[in-house]
Amino acid sequence: ILDRASINRMRVSVCVSLKQRNLEGYVGFANLPNQVYRKSVKRGFEFTLMVVGESGLGKSTLINSLFLTDLYSKDYPGPSQRIKKTVQVEQSKVLIKEGGVQLTLTIVDTPGFGDAVDNSNCWQPVINYIDSKCEDFLNAESRVNRRSMPDNRVHCCLYFIAPSGHGLKPLDIEFMKRLHDKVNVIPLIAKADTLTPEECQLFKKQIMKEIQEHKIKIYEFPDTEDDDDNKLIRKIKEKMPLAVVGSNVVIEVNGKKVRGRQYPWGVAEVENGEHCDFTVLRNMLIRTHMQDLKDVTNNVHYENYRSKKLAAVTCNGVDTSKTKGQLTKSPLAQMEEERREHVMKMKKMEAEMEQVFEMKVKEKKQKLKDSEAELERRHEQMKRNLEAQYKELEEKRRVFEEEKANWEAQQRILEQQKLDASKTMEKNKKKGKIF
Amino acid sequence: RADRPHGHGLSSSHNSSGGSTLLGYIGIDTIIEQMRKKTMKTGFDFNIMVVGHSGLGKSTLVNTLFKSHVSRKSAGWARDEKIPKTVEIKAVSHVIEEGGVKMKLTVVDTPGFGDQINNDNCWEPISKYINEQYEKFLKEEVNITRKKRIPDTRVHCCIYFISPTGHFLRQLDTEFMKRLSHSVNIIPVIAKADTMTLEERQEFKQRVRKELEVSGIEFYPQKEFDEDMEDKSDNDKIREAMPFAVVGSDKEYQVNGKRVLGRKTAWGIVEVENPNHCEFAQLRDFLIRSHLQDLKEVTHNIHYETYRAKRLNENGEYYNQ
Repeated sequence: ILDRASINRMRVSVCVSLKQRNLEGYVGFANLPNQVYRKSVKRGFEFTLMVVGESGLGKSTLINSLFLTDLYSKDYPGPSQRIKKTVQVEQSKVLIKEGGVQLTLTIVDTPGFGDAVDNSNCWQPVINYIDSKCEDFLNAESRVNRRSMPDNRVHCCLYFIAPSGHGLKPLDIEFMKRLHDKVNVIPLIAKADTLTPEECQLFKKQIMKEIQEHKIKIYEFPDTEDDDDNKLIRKIKEKMPLAVVGSNVVIEVNGKKVRGRQYPWGVAEVENGEHCDFTVLRNMLIRTHMQDLKDVTNNVHYENYRSKKLAAVTCNGVDTSKTKGQLTKSPLAQMEEERREHVMKMKKMEAEMEQVFEMKVKEKKQKLKDSEAELERRHEQMKRNLEAQYKELEEKRRVFEEEKANWEAQQRILEQQKLDASKTMEKNKKKGKIF
Repeated sequence: RADRPHGHGLSSSHNSSGGSTLLGYIGIDTIIEQMRKKTMKTGFDFNIMVVGHSGLGKSTLVNTLFKSHVSRKSAGWARDEKIPKTVEIKAVSHVIEEGGVKMKLTVVDTPGFGDQINNDNCWEPISKYINEQYEKFLKEEVNITRKKRIPDTRVHCCIYFISPTGHFLRQLDTEFMKRLSHSVNIIPVIAKADTMTLEERQEFKQRVRKELEVSGIEFYPQKEFDEDMEDKSDNDKIREAMPFAVVGSDKEYQVNGKRVLGRKTAWGIVEVENPNHCEFAQLRDFLIRSHLQDLKEVTHNIHYETYRAKRLNENGEYYNQ
């Protein structure tokens, strides 16, 4: 799980490895920030702010005061007229323009939080909402066509603590523990005009002690390189949690028009640093750290969500949650898995091959043996054939010899006869028988 | 009601009730003086219970009401004791004296009420405690040899602290009050009233009153127990102003040359006893200066009797035990 410290370390290490070179002339990329600025202004900014706390802690008033709009107008059905008694999560968008810069502000409200008698799991709808926005972003990121990627993730969660003056309630602790690694949590002391300055100090100390005790990670301001800024940041850190008062009613005090709350014993001014920490909150939230809140949401909280989500998917092998068209691979776990798979596949292939080889060898052997046998047979057969033929021939020869002998004998006999005959003839001639 | 004693010069009879006129001074009216002397000697008890979730200034208010440190308050707001996991009942008794009159004041605190995440039935320990006190008293009463003065630990008054949200009553508030308004006198107050401006306070009060009416919660002074027209008109005025929006403090500051109890903020000092700032003075007058005895009487005559009747009906053989 990433956290801010590790990202800072990574950032620092990258900077160190680059050497700065001096340029010989004016190149012009010093104009880059202006280009970025112009592009961003054209595009406009988005910011999603979530407010959580029990009813009647002045959440709506504070939002109206922060952004100087009437997001929650008098007609808005405030908690006095709310009928449903379960926790809802409501979203309202407003477009604010100032100095050419456009901000799409989304306020997420949680009416009904902590109001019931039994408040177990009243944080569940909030967690579900945050997770669903992260999931939407994850799906949008994984799509093929990513032209429009609206960022609806919750960038900051203002948690309102009731000004009891004692410490955190069990509900506060439980809620913050469950949400500190999903979203930037900024705790605020609501309706701070209830407390005297001393009570406020003690209360703040008590709260910070309890937050540390329970290891709750609230939003931390990043350290900058500028010393002055760092001093400012340290001052802010000392004032945490910020004690705020909200109001949009303008009252005249000593000839000046200020926003505040009119009491019979005085006017509590909203923008007076000695009365409450409203200006600190406003400066921090809007003027200096809005971008950082978005960055931390993107780099830390969203990445945590993403890696948890994807790790869960690959471990099961079966996609139990609804993910549509995810092509992204998850880190190391997936690689390890793949390697193992690959090795196994190789082994299997090897085994198979060996098997096949053996089989083939056996076959061949068999074939050869058969062949040999066949040949032997043939050989035998041939030999027999030959012998038979030989015998035949011998027979024939004998016969022939016999015949020959016979014929020769006959010939001799004939010759003898012939001789005899000739002799007789001669005799006859001699005798004149032949005429 | 033991308030203004009649003047001693009433000799003749201006009785409008139509009784016989007295011919001389007898001295019947000195009975009030005798009662007062007796009461001063014996003293009396008063038991007050404070209910509300932590951080609403219950202990501070009780200390302010009785102008002495009679309530256990976490010193310097540094809470060493953690919020208890279940509702505890802590009763602390003090004897305070004023003008020769001794009062044994018992403050019953209920830490842990409404503080958990799941507050189902967190009113049960409180209900049990109240009934236990009635039970103790009943047992004493039913004894064969009774003590001369039965120690009265019954809760005479329960101050319920409403959180100053400015919007509505929380569900827990209505649940608690619904269940306990029939066994004890409930006085709802809006705590830490310096959170709200005067207009917000008015609106909130109206809303709370309407909601109490709709839920059928009868808080003290109950309409049904008004005895006569005078009572009714007095109590009506009080009922209109309830629930009182109070601020408590035990620190003193200098304002316009006077030492007052108050809270010092960066934009002014909230004076606790200034009726323009909050209604603490009204609550104190109502609770202590005019209705203290009435609270005890209603508890004894009505709530206790209801409990007793219920118990005796349940267990018909009780007397034989």
